[in-house]
Amino acid sequence: MDLHYTAEEEAFREEIRGFLREKLPPDLAAKVRGGKRLTKADHERWHAILSEAGYLAVNWPTAYGGTGWSPVQRHIFDEETAAAGAPAILAFGVNMVAPVLMKFGTQAQKDYYLPRILDGSDWWCQGYSEPGAGSDLAGLKTRAERDGDHYVVNGQKTWTTLGQHANMIFCLVRTDPEAKKQEGISFLLIDMTTPGITVRPIITLDGGREVNEVFFDDVRVPVENLVGEENKGWSCAKYLLTHERTGIAGIGQAKAALQHLKTVAGSQLKDGRPLSEDPTFARRIARVEIDLMALEMTNLRVIAEAQSGGAPGAESSLLKIKGSVLRQEITDLLRRSVGPYALPFLSELMDADTNQAPVGPAEAAPLAAEYFNRRKLSIYGGSNEIQKTIVAKAILGL
Amino acid sequence: MRFTLSQEQAMLRDTVARLVRERFGFEARLKTLESAAGFDRDVWREFAELGLLGAPFGEEVGGFGGGGIELMTVMQELGRGLLLEPYLASVVLAGSLIERLGTPAQRAAYLEPMIAGETLLAFAHGEPDSRYALEQVATRAVATEGGWRLDGRKSVVLCGGDADHLVISARTAGASDEEAGIGLFLLPSDAKGLNLRAYPTIDGLRAAELELDGVIVPAEAVLGAPGETFLAIEATVARGIVALCGEAVGAMETCCDMTLDYLKQRKQFGVAIGSFQVLQHRMVDLRGELEQARSMAILAAGRLEAERDERERAVSAAKNLIGRVGRTIAEESIQLHGGIGMTWEYALPHFAKRLVMIDHLLGDEDHHLERFVTLGRAAAAAPALSAVS
Ligand SMILES: Cc1cc2nc3c(=O)[nH]c(=O)nc-3n(C[C@H](O)[C@H](O)[C@H](O)COP(=O)(O)OP(=O)(O)OC[C@H]3O[C@@H](n4cnc5c(N)ncnc54)[C@H](O)[C@@H]3O)c2cc1C
Ligand SMILES: Cc1cc2nc3c(=O)[nH]c(=O)nc-3n(C[C@H](O)[C@H](O)[C@H](O)COP(=O)(O)OP(=O)(O)OC[C@H]3O[C@@H](n4cnc5c(N)ncnc54)[C@H](O)[C@@H]3O)c2cc1C
Repeated sequence: MDLHYTAEEEAFREEIRGFLREKLPPDLAAKVRGGKRLTKADHERWHAILSEAGYLAVNWPTAYGGTGWSPVQRHIFDEETAAAGAPAILAFGVNMVAPVLMKFGTQAQKDYYLPRILDGSDWWCQGYSEPGAGSDLAGLKTRAERDGDHYVVNGQKTWTTLGQHANMIFCLVRTDPEAKKQEGISFLLIDMTTPGITVRPIITLDGGREVNEVFFDDVRVPVENLVGEENKGWSCAKYLLTHERTGIAGIGQAKAALQHLKTVAGSQLKDGRPLSEDPTFARRIARVEIDLMALEMTNLRVIAEAQSGGAPGAESSLLKIKGSVLRQEITDLLRRSVGPYALPFLSELMDADTNQAPVGPAEAAPLAAEYFNRRKLSIYGGSNEIQKTIVAKAILGL
Repeated sequence: MRFTLSQEQAMLRDTVARLVRERFGFEARLKTLESAAGFDRDVWREFAELGLLGAPFGEEVGGFGGGGIELMTVMQELGRGLLLEPYLASVVLAGSLIERLGTPAQRAAYLEPMIAGETLLAFAHGEPDSRYALEQVATRAVATEGGWRLDGRKSVVLCGGDADHLVISARTAGASDEEAGIGLFLLPSDAKGLNLRAYPTIDGLRAAELELDGVIVPAEAVLGAPGETFLAIEATVARGIVALCGEAVGAMETCCDMTLDYLKQRKQFGVAIGSFQVLQHRMVDLRGELEQARSMAILAAGRLEAERDERERAVSAAKNLIGRVGRTIAEESIQLHGGIGMTWEYALPHFAKRLVMIDHLLGDEDHHLERFVTLGRAAAAAPALSAVS
């Protein structure tokens, strides 16, 4: 056993730090650190910087213009970008649809879409969930009927993250209503500007607009936008779910959040002393910090396994469960740390350009909203209950 | 970064695993528990023959020169089989102190016979009022002509009644809660003025209460520099904690394995109870906790040779987490077994008891959480948390 990074890995960390020092715009990092909402332009700006440096497609092989990084390198990159306050890379294009295209797409699809993901021409969103199909995704009803060279799509997707910014959506649609649940589903790429598509916002409990409903009314999609075989879309969906996702535990983000928690707790007073010195609060922080140390090690163990060619598989479900809960706990402590100043809710303060003066300490403004927002971590991408059932079956054989 | 064992480490693990398979049957354990000896001396001799009693020590005293990972690995295998043998007390705690501080003559007289399996050692440090605080020593050592005179009490001394020699801490100077001023002394267990009351512990081990009433120790039985042994005690306890973390992970593995098997076998309502989702999810939670505990044991073991601050923070973090997880796995594995989890004749609850009692040794979860906070404050200027870099 050796718990140290190699000299090459440490050099790589330095390279990433150097890049971040030079290229991460301070105003963007300040926004991320301050818990401000990011605009479409913010995301696109960071996307372009990463793309130019060749650091965007972290999980891609070099043949497609990816980094070809090892699992350890990817972990270091996650950790350093989060610590520096860089916006998280939006997964939908680069880490969701792209691997599916690489695995199941035609040459033409790869040649067309992959470069457009890299250069930011396309903003992808994910059209899986429907009002009647959440955890039970295979219960989806959105219909695609063949009509000559087109599919005609009718139905509704929901919870579509940042769909308001997207020009492309990848969808699971039902192409054979007679077949068994999983067997009549296809994976379709749809241009969001096609007539018949309506996007409506869903405002989340924290007042943010990050999810949408997407309605399809006789939307005509060229058949060449089918990925893989017709009625075999479930294989694509499953591949995406089991596809090794680095950073599923969110260690980098959790560490950055813990650091922020320590800073905020150090600036709040209790009985005239910093809150971070209050024995009760200090122990709450310490407990979370210890859990995070353990999760970081667990994550590294899984990464080392992947590095040596093992397939992590269902262990990533364990990481997701623990990681989501831990990140939620940190937001819980963050909201507690500002005491009564968690209450004021001035939504504009969460946008960067506002003339509003903060109520109480400036760092307090987004904390309660973030706490509520982060409840999503244990719901989306397969809820924690669904993850536990996966582990029970796949690892424990129950 | 590598989390696989080296070839030598894997051999060591396999050696211990074989011993545990062959000699640590549960029936035999129940018999041994009832016996006067309290543990199986034949098995202890095998420990010696296999070189396990010297494993954590340097090569010059016949050890493998093993570090934290070796210690954790040995203890994890022993923990899987729920050892009764005083490995922690005799080898890891008392043995390490003598290795660390002993003169060549002291090593020859005390350590080597212990490594050969001929004698047992114990470390008598805790006192009725010290709880888990290592610096709280009220037992006094007063210099006399040609030696020292010890007066005081020592509590819950593991293996205290079975040991041939004791390593006893006593204050040579300072107030009763100062790190400076603590000395260590080597004492035969039949020393004049030493009153010893041995008793069983709820997890199947043995311990003793000690009263020292004018015990005279000759100068050659002083271990280390009188008054300057605290750092050695702290580093040795860190070793003990790594050993306990390893043992706990082994016991957790057995609890989880047994519980999972039981969920698959036990039928109620016409089906295996493992088909009930509420139990499935709890079992998954246990597996997640076990992996967290394993990670912390590895972290503490890997930090055992590090600088003091780094080592102590990792060790306290690990003991805290393993205390919490140990309790969860103990309680849940009993619960998921239903009534059978409550019986003496069944192995599982014995593992569960040990897991809970490990939290009462060398500092419980509260003690180490508080300590982690204190150590963190001391290192406040240090860079952000990183478990690894
Ligand atoms: C902020 C946010 C962003 C999202 N972004 C996207 C997106 O971009 N694209 C997209 O397609 N989807 C997205 N989703 C949808 C997300 O994937 C679903 O919310 C998730 O799959 C759960 O489905 P549901 O909300 O219908 O809950 P339900 O499936 O109705 O679940 C309700 C509760 O029941 C539990 N439950 C359900 N089935 C079981 C079972 N078999 N056993 C035990 N418990 C069960 C769940 O765990 C949950 O606690 C997003 C969701 C949120 C909250
Ligand atoms: C100290 C003690 C005293 C007792 N005294 C008496 C007495 O005087 N008289 C008497 O008749 N009995 C007595 N009992 C028996 C007691 O009622 C049973 O132990 C209890 O009903 C559980 O049954 P079991 O032990 O067979 O566990 P099981 O039924 O095998 O259950 C094992 C585990 O599976 C869970 N489980 C079982 N079915 C389900 C399900 N459908 N969904 C979810 N989880 C499930 C249980 O909660 C438990 O965690 C006593 C038990 C104990 C421990």
